[in-house]
Amino acid sequence: MKRLLGASVPLGAALLAFMFGAIMILFLGEDPIAGLRAIIDGAFGTGDRLAATAVRATPLLLVGAGITIAFRASVINIGGEGQIIAGALLSTAVALWIPGTPKVLLIPLVILAGLVGGGIWGAIPGALKAYASVNEILSTIMLNIVAIQLMNYLLRGPMIDPIEVGTSRIPQTQRLTDNAALPTLIDGSRLHLGVPIAILAAVLVYIMLFRTPLGFRLRAVGHNPDAARAAGISVEKNIVSALGMSGALSGLAGVVLVFGSESLRLVTDGGSAGFTGSAGFNGIVAALFGGLHPLWTIPSSFLFGSLLTGATELQRALQIPNALAIALNGLIVLFVVSSDRVRAWLDRRLDKSMRPGDAA
Amino acid sequence: MSEFFTISVLAATLGTAIRFAVPYLLAALGETIGQRSGVLNLGVDGTMLLGGFGAYYAVLKTDSHSLGILVGLGVGLLMGVVYAYVTVFLDAKQGISGIGIYLFGLGFSDLLFQELVGTPLPIRPLPTLDKLPVVGGLFEPLVEIEVIGPLLFDHNLLTYLAFLLVPAVTWLLMKTTFGMNVRAVGENPQAADSLGVSVAKTRFIAILMGSTLAGVAGATLSMQLAIFQHNLTNGIGFIAVALVYFGAWRPRWVMAGALLYGLVTATRIRWQSLGIIPQGASDVAAMAPAIITILALVLLASRVRGPAALTKPFSRH
Repeated sequence: MKRLLGASVPLGAALLAFMFGAIMILFLGEDPIAGLRAIIDGAFGTGDRLAATAVRATPLLLVGAGITIAFRASVINIGGEGQIIAGALLSTAVALWIPGTPKVLLIPLVILAGLVGGGIWGAIPGALKAYASVNEILSTIMLNIVAIQLMNYLLRGPMIDPIEVGTSRIPQTQRLTDNAALPTLIDGSRLHLGVPIAILAAVLVYIMLFRTPLGFRLRAVGHNPDAARAAGISVEKNIVSALGMSGALSGLAGVVLVFGSESLRLVTDGGSAGFTGSAGFNGIVAALFGGLHPLWTIPSSFLFGSLLTGATELQRALQIPNALAIALNGLIVLFVVSSDRVRAWLDRRLDKSMRPGDAA
Repeated sequence: MSEFFTISVLAATLGTAIRFAVPYLLAALGETIGQRSGVLNLGVDGTMLLGGFGAYYAVLKTDSHSLGILVGLGVGLLMGVVYAYVTVFLDAKQGISGIGIYLFGLGFSDLLFQELVGTPLPIRPLPTLDKLPVVGGLFEPLVEIEVIGPLLFDHNLLTYLAFLLVPAVTWLLMKTTFGMNVRAVGENPQAADSLGVSVAKTRFIAILMGSTLAGVAGATLSMQLAIFQHNLTNGIGFIAVALVYFGAWRPRWVMAGALLYGLVTATRIRWQSLGIIPQGASDVAAMAPAIITILALVLLASRVRGPAALTKPFSRH
């Protein structure tokens, strides 16, 4: 019964957000039913679209799985954007540096580089929090800004596509060699290796969090740092590793965004969401919606991925700007975080109607 | 470099810095009030975007900057009601609720912009003092004064208003009963509650004030730039939140932080346009304020204590 309740709250939140979306579509003078049909058709209509949805969900899942680690340790990681960029920059640099390397060697290397880049970008605010009491919300936000500017600098300067020098100067690297592309799973489809990697990552995060001593320590620190310290657990080390791991997974999302893209290059528009598509924030939404559980984050990310691809079709078919998806994401966050009160109230009602001890 | 260090260029750069600082200052002052009451609002950037679009659209349609400010104010107030309801009455986690506000503002402002405007049409920029109707003639000779003119008089009314708000917010927080209540519920809500101060009501009003100022900050930004586009703020609202910590929850120091951001940005742009530094160096320099902020936070973290109940929901049970 409690399980049912646990699932009903985020679904109720999503339903409310969708109703709001329907009202917005009405105001824009379109038919909400046709809108919903366009979203579903755009996300699941054909095999290609389904593949696009899975690809779109991949960075959300990686960021989201990382977020569950950080939040379970009571560390708020708003730095997904910066960590994605750090992972993308380091892995792209590696691919540009050793272009001739065989695929079987190059792909693991760029994945490793992405994990390291994002991991460092996450561990810095972790260390600042653990050893200098700097609020991690602020330091992660500041490091997002630093990462965006670093990317602007590198893509306009040292890493720019030589063709762009002296012409339009689009901030992008040259197209990477084909052996750097993430292999596709089905011939002719966009479905690439990043999708199973992200699912595997989420499963590994689940095992780490709930089946290993490391995960136990992280959750203990998150639950009650004083008690954890009294039990001999290093709160500082666990904060650094929680943010480090969270960042590493976001860095991997950066790898997927570059090496799984059709253009096969790192490209930005100079703004904050030009490269990431706000995946660093949307991943938080997916994790929250999945109840901060790594396994539930898998379907949750897929749902938000489908909202993003569906919104593209919504724009094409009904000329409704796809920014609607981001606005709905914001509403879903607000509804989900507000639902704790509702859930507690439902919990009390349930406890009353059942004998104590029944509901576990 | 020598062409930068002439009095007139320096004065013009400082003048630009002051103007750039205004959106940061307004948003950060608002956030200071909210945080003093114990509530962190990470959604400032989203509120600024919606307020900024509202003001831009109002000016585009009516050419009235006063209406633009009013719309920004109203949008900020509305977003504040939502945020206050969610965090004060539903006890939602503040950090994350703010991200919800941010994403909503980011998406919804873009949606409205694409639907109602489409291509970025410029609007009439906020008039500087000498361009004001009726009284403008009085200021014309002042703006012409060398050095002092561009530094002190070549600004719009909102700029003066923003800087006047610095002592006003200090006064509000330190000298009024309401301000005392705000600080009390931010430090020790249990004690304030037992003395008969309504924690919920005080926080609600503080959040509304903060959010309203964020809306005005966005309106100022779009009317100063005389344009709107997707993600116009590019993170200014997030920086404003950091400036509150940077300024140790004191309006005067928050102002210093906002001016620092304005100065670095103005100098960078001036150097680039004078050809003193290439684009690349300008991109590197753009990292400076964020890095300075992190370093300042490291230095301040052990010395300055914020409101003790910051981010902690209050309930009597």
